[in-house]
Amino acid sequence: MRRGSIAFWCGALVFLAAVFALTQLLQNEYPFFAGYVILQFVVLSVAWTILGGYAGYVNFGTNAFFGVGVYTAVVLVQVFQASLGVQILTAAVVGSLLGLGVGLLTLRMRGIFFSIATIALAIIIETAVTNWRFVGGAAGIQLQRPPVTAPFDSYVKLLFFVQAVLVVIAVAVTRFIQNSRIGRGLQALRDDELAAECTGVPTLRLKLLACVISGALISAGGAPAAMYLQYANPEAAFDLNYSISVLAMSLIGGTAHWIGPVLGAILLGTTQQFLQVTISSEVNVLVLGIMLVLFVIAAPRGIIGLVTRFAGKGGRA
Amino acid sequence: MFSMELLRDAVVLGVLLGCFYAAVSIGLSISFGLLDVPQVAHPAFLVLASYCVFLLNDSYDIDPLLAGLLITPVFFLLGVLTYRLYHETFERRGSDAGVRGIAFFFGIAFIIEVLIILQFGVDQQSVSASYIGKAWRIGDLRIPVRQLIAFAVALALTVSLAVYLSKTFMGRAIRAVAQDEEGLRLMGANPVRIKQFAFGIATAVLGIAGALLIVVSPVDPTLDRVYIGRTFCVVVMAGLGSISGTLIASIILGVAESIVLTMFGASWAPAISFALLLGVLAVRPQGLLGR
Amino acid sequence: MMGATASEAPLLRIDTLTKTFGGFVALDNINVEIRKGERFGLIGPNGSGKTTLVNCISGALRPNRGAVLFAGEDITSLPPNLRSHRGIARSFQIPRPFRSMTVLANLMVALDFAAHGHLFETEQHRREAAMAILGRIGLAAKAFTPTTTLTQVELRKMELARAMATGPKLLISDEAMAGLSASEVDEVLDLLMSLGGEDIAIIMIEHIMQAVMRFSERVMCLDAGKIIAIGAPADVMANPRVQEAYLGV
Repeated sequence: MRRGSIAFWCGALVFLAAVFALTQLLQNEYPFFAGYVILQFVVLSVAWTILGGYAGYVNFGTNAFFGVGVYTAVVLVQVFQASLGVQILTAAVVGSLLGLGVGLLTLRMRGIFFSIATIALAIIIETAVTNWRFVGGAAGIQLQRPPVTAPFDSYVKLLFFVQAVLVVIAVAVTRFIQNSRIGRGLQALRDDELAAECTGVPTLRLKLLACVISGALISAGGAPAAMYLQYANPEAAFDLNYSISVLAMSLIGGTAHWIGPVLGAILLGTTQQFLQVTISSEVNVLVLGIMLVLFVIAAPRGIIGLVTRFAGKGGRA
Repeated sequence: MFSMELLRDAVVLGVLLGCFYAAVSIGLSISFGLLDVPQVAHPAFLVLASYCVFLLNDSYDIDPLLAGLLITPVFFLLGVLTYRLYHETFERRGSDAGVRGIAFFFGIAFIIEVLIILQFGVDQQSVSASYIGKAWRIGDLRIPVRQLIAFAVALALTVSLAVYLSKTFMGRAIRAVAQDEEGLRLMGANPVRIKQFAFGIATAVLGIAGALLIVVSPVDPTLDRVYIGRTFCVVVMAGLGSISGTLIASIILGVAESIVLTMFGASWAPAISFALLLGVLAVRPQGLLGR
Repeated sequence: MMGATASEAPLLRIDTLTKTFGGFVALDNINVEIRKGERFGLIGPNGSGKTTLVNCISGALRPNRGAVLFAGEDITSLPPNLRSHRGIARSFQIPRPFRSMTVLANLMVALDFAAHGHLFETEQHRREAAMAILGRIGLAAKAFTPTTTLTQVELRKMELARAMATGPKLLISDEAMAGLSASEVDEVLDLLMSLGGEDIAIIMIEHIMQAVMRFSERVMCLDAGKIIAIGAPADVMANPRVQEAYLGV
């Protein structure tokens, strides 16, 4: 276990170093614009998997947590001119409280009711924000970026690096859960909730924990988007496409291991960037939906499952 | 600012609206309430039906209600195929099927929505018919004719479906399979074929409901999102498996929406059904008349 | 045998327990006490309420009336996982393993959250404890295989082992021998007998009368939700009402 941890943290540091190097070497801003979005989806998908993959509770209100993260940042910038770090941290706190609230309200419910309840909460929150004049209501609000500081020469590069740090945090947290008895407890309650309870697993507490952590990370991942776009409006911040994208990325990647949503987000996020630019965002969602349905039918364990199946066959031959 | 007359008008319109919601939700009462299928794509099929009606009305001048009737067999087939796919892939497998089953229907819902956008664009579409645009005076009220027609058709649809499920042999078989699938199997019946048929009916009903939807007001491709709230609110409030409860629950929802619309305006309307749904789930999850 | 240690407080006391499902009365005014370390047989025809009673004891169901008292504490409204911590464990009539996990992982779940968790500080300790349990029941070789590859008797034994791993004071075995061959029945019976020696009360629900007779110190027979006989195994078996309930004679 310790050897695995050392390998992980070395990899993480190498990743961050590489990201930093890119920001210093590349002049063209476009890769950072696109790369930011992909890294953002990695954070969202990995966070989603804690509740959706490990515990088996399909949160379809990812867009609500994301939007709450964005608008927390908006409020902090408007009122306190808060720094990016404060925006992200506060968003995480707000996201965790929202996760707690959602959990307490819905986690006694069966799977499908939980999912519908998350949609319900998302719409209610979106409606409330749309009617909130202070943050611009339905029309939205413009935001001013602070001046960029060294060692970065553009704000987008800074955001790209920040999102990379969030990726490391999200993956580290998820990895910790996966390898701990929390992860095993979540897996047990996903397999058979009653049998888990009779075996002593504190199912409600674990589900709440998963909801809180998942919510905190998703909101944290959403907060920098306010500065990224320099603009926020409810329709974009609470876009239901976030929910379907993250669901697709996690399930297509495979939810047994944190590497699944990472792979899914990178693969689908890149495809998304390509399709949105070359064809249209509608076609992008269509491709996402079709891939989701195909994988869910034919490759239930996602890309991880396919790789292990073929690796197994190759090994035996 | 707020008069009794306004309230009365809101209630009357709410009842009309409610019956319409019943027609829209009764299919879900069967597919989700009785058959336990997480049919999140139900509203997407509804909107799809509306657009099919639009196509027939726009291109061939067919009356929307007639068009709705015409597409009913197509939607029956669609329902049967969807259930078959769902059953083969998910109902027969083990524990993980729950997550993937829900994801399957979310995926289908999104695919349908995007296909509609690609084909018809994001703008609203509406149908034309002789009864659209007129209004009747009933007592003090002016009620649009199309609302009255939708009300009448919806009521007839809901009542006849309720009667079908309780009085006919097949209807009772459907209720039986919802209660005790194993028992039915032991008696020699094939529960899968019964459920398939039931799901087909639940989807076929959407043909007519879709026609009513576009008759009552213009549709756009994202309408399925707010209807997830409305249909699931009705089905949960009624109590899973209670067909008669669907009508009562729908009217409650219709009146609630109508009153809020009158008092607070349209920007809060989408949230009503979702708020009601959450309330019911939190306080009385078995609904009014649940199984 | 009956009432021999009446001065000692009972481990489990069921007090006027009634459970209805709509109009159907599954359990009707059940009163029974189980002593520490007792081997207790529970019999009755199908649908007589045995599993419903187990569900009320383990927490899967709440009764409509009455109380469940365990080690002097009223646990009637306690959720299942807290009852597990108090010392109640059960197996299921149709085994319910955690399908996505290996046999070893199934047991580790029980150890992860056990009440005596402080004894098993690290993952390594828990793994060793789980392997030890698997060794005792003869499944050590299958520790790293998924539960989907186990035979019926292996599944039953794993289910009992998982229940035992929580360190219970009361174990309920719900028809663990159903559908097994004669030698397999002996395997499971031997396992339960060896457990009984550790001062753990065991409630055994079975239809295999020979096993019930050999195993139990006391037997209780349910029929249509009511207790129709309770006492020494031979007496209960000879009871005409019991014979009538089972054979319809």
